[in-house]
Amino acid sequence: MTASTTAPGAGIAIPAPGRPARPRRKKAHTGHGAWPLLFVGPLAFGIAVFYLWPIVRTAYFSFTEWGVFGGSTWVGLENYQRLLADPELGRAALNTLIYTGVVVLGVPIGLVLAALLNRPGLRGATLYRTLFFLPYVAMPVAVAQVWKIIYNGDYGVLNWALGLIGIEGTYWVSTPGWSLIATAVLGLWLSLGFNIIILSAALRNVPRDLYEAAALDGASPMRQFRSITIPMVGRSVFFLTVVTVIAGLQLFDLLYTLVGTANPVMRDTKSLVYLFWEASFPDNEKGYGAAIAIAILVITACVTAVQFLLQRKWVHDV
Amino acid sequence: MSERAAINRGRTWPTHVVLSVGAATMLFPFAWQIILSLSTQSEATSATPTFPAAPTLDNYALVFERLPFVSQFWVSVLITVLRTAAQLVLCSMAGYAFARMRFRGRDALLAVTLSVLMVPSQVYLIPQYEIVESMQWLNTVQGVVAPGLFSAFGTFLMRQFFASLPIELEEAARLDGCNPFQVFWRVMLPLTRPGLVALAIITVLWSWNDLLWPLVVTTDGTKMPLAVGLATLQGERSTQIPLVMAASLMAMAPILILFITLQRRVIEGIAHTGIK
Repeated sequence: MTASTTAPGAGIAIPAPGRPARPRRKKAHTGHGAWPLLFVGPLAFGIAVFYLWPIVRTAYFSFTEWGVFGGSTWVGLENYQRLLADPELGRAALNTLIYTGVVVLGVPIGLVLAALLNRPGLRGATLYRTLFFLPYVAMPVAVAQVWKIIYNGDYGVLNWALGLIGIEGTYWVSTPGWSLIATAVLGLWLSLGFNIIILSAALRNVPRDLYEAAALDGASPMRQFRSITIPMVGRSVFFLTVVTVIAGLQLFDLLYTLVGTANPVMRDTKSLVYLFWEASFPDNEKGYGAAIAIAILVITACVTAVQFLLQRKWVHDV
Repeated sequence: MSERAAINRGRTWPTHVVLSVGAATMLFPFAWQIILSLSTQSEATSATPTFPAAPTLDNYALVFERLPFVSQFWVSVLITVLRTAAQLVLCSMAGYAFARMRFRGRDALLAVTLSVLMVPSQVYLIPQYEIVESMQWLNTVQGVVAPGLFSAFGTFLMRQFFASLPIELEEAARLDGCNPFQVFWRVMLPLTRPGLVALAIITVLWSWNDLLWPLVVTTDGTKMPLAVGLATLQGERSTQIPLVMAASLMAMAPILILFITLQRRVIEGIAHTGIK
C-alpha cells in the first residue's frame, strides 16, 4: 500500500486532491520545454476529438432534424417541445428512478453484510468475500441470460420455489410493473459486491478501540453498529449512494437483455437511456435522440445536486 | 480483548446464517447456469427443476458450431487489450504532467478534461458514431475501440497518484541528470503501481462487459464483441436454453477466472479507486 493517504472513514483512497507540493526553488521547474506537450498531447487530442467536440455537436444536433438521406435541418426548439410533450419521457424518467431507488437499497444491505464480514476472527470470511465479489466481475449481459430463465413464468425455478411455500408466481419479466422490479433486483444483485468492497475498506479504517470502549460500557453490537459504524463510514455511504444513483440512471444493458426489445411489456418499461438509444439508432431520429441525451444530462445533474444538498444537511445533524 | 473475543464467538452463528444466505444468493445463478448448460432443452424447460439425467458437454461444442463465438471472442480480447494498454500509457503520462509539470493553461486543460467525467456518455455517443461512420470504421475493431482509448477518469486517477508521491524523489533524479521522461519512466511510474493496477482492472472490466457503444457500431455477427453477440441472439438459437447458457458461461469465464485468481489485487484496486 504505497498510496496510504486514506482519511479515516473514507472509502475513496484516491490520494487527497490537493495540489502537488510546490518546490521552493522555481528554477528547478522552468526547464520543461516541450515535454508537457509530449506528455499531455496525445490524451488531450483524443479527449478533444472523442469527448469535447461531441458535446458541442450533440448540443447542436438537438436543434436539428435528420432527413432520411442524412442531411439535417435547423428546427430550433422543436425537438425539446416534442420531448416535453412526449408521455414516454415522463414514463421513462419514472421507470429509471424506480429502478435506481431499488438498486440504491444495495448500499444499506452492503453495509450490513460488510459489517458482518469484518467481525474479527470470523471463520470463512475469505470464502464469503469471494462469493459476494463474483457478480461484480461477471458480464451483466451473460448473467441476465440465466436470470431470464430463473424468472420464467412457466419453467422458472423462482416460481417453483415460491410454489413450495404456497405463493403463485407470475411472468416476472413480461408483466407490467414486475418487469422493472425484476430488472432492478438483478441490478442490485450485480452491484452488491462493489458496495461491500468499498464499505469493507471504510470499516477497516474505523479504530478498533472505539468498539472496545463501547463494549466495556455495555453497548450491544446493534448499538455499536448504530452509534459507531454508521457515523464513521458516513462519507463512504454517501459516495456509494451518489455513484449508484448515477449508474442507475444509466439503466440500459439489463433492460435490453432481460426484458428484450421484442417484449410487448417494454413499452411501459423503457428507461431514459433506452429511449435515447431507440430514437437515435433504430428510429434514426438523431436530432430527437440528441435532445434526449441533453435531458439525461440535465436530470443526472439535478439528481446529483439534490444528493449533495441533502448530504450537507445530513452531515450537520451528525 | 479476550472478553470481547468470547462475546464474538458466542454470537457468530447468526452472522454465519445471514452471510450464508447472502453468499448462496450470489452463487445460485451461476450454479444454475452451469446445471442448465449441461441439460437437454426438455430438461431445461420442465416445470419442476430437474438435474440433467445424463450431463452433457454437447452444448459447449454446439456453441462453436452455431454461433460465431470464436470471432466474437477475439474481438472482445482485442478491444480489451488495446484499450487497457492505451489507457495505461496515455493516462499515466498525462496524469504525471498534470500533477508535476508546469505549463501554460495546465489548470484550465485539467478542468476541461475533468468536465468530461460529469457528462453522461449518451451526450457524446451520436457524434462519436458519426466520426466512426465517416472513417468507415463501423463493424471494425478500431471503431469499437477508438473512443475508449482515451479516458478522463483514468487521467484523473493517475494524476491523484502522482500528486501524492514525495517531490524530493523527483528532484534527486533530476539532479542525477535524468530528463523528464526518464524521471517519469524510471522513478515515478514504478511507484504508482497500485494506481496502474486499479486503472487496468477497471478498464478490463468495462471493455469486456460494456454493451451500448459496441451495440451501436457493430451489426455484423462476426465483428461484434461477445456482450453484443449474446445480447442480440435471435430466433431459434436464442430459445435453445442450454446453448445460450453454455455460450454465456464461456463469454464471462475468462474474466471471472482471471479476477478470482487475482482476487486480492482486484479488491484492493477497486477499493483504491472507489469508482467503477
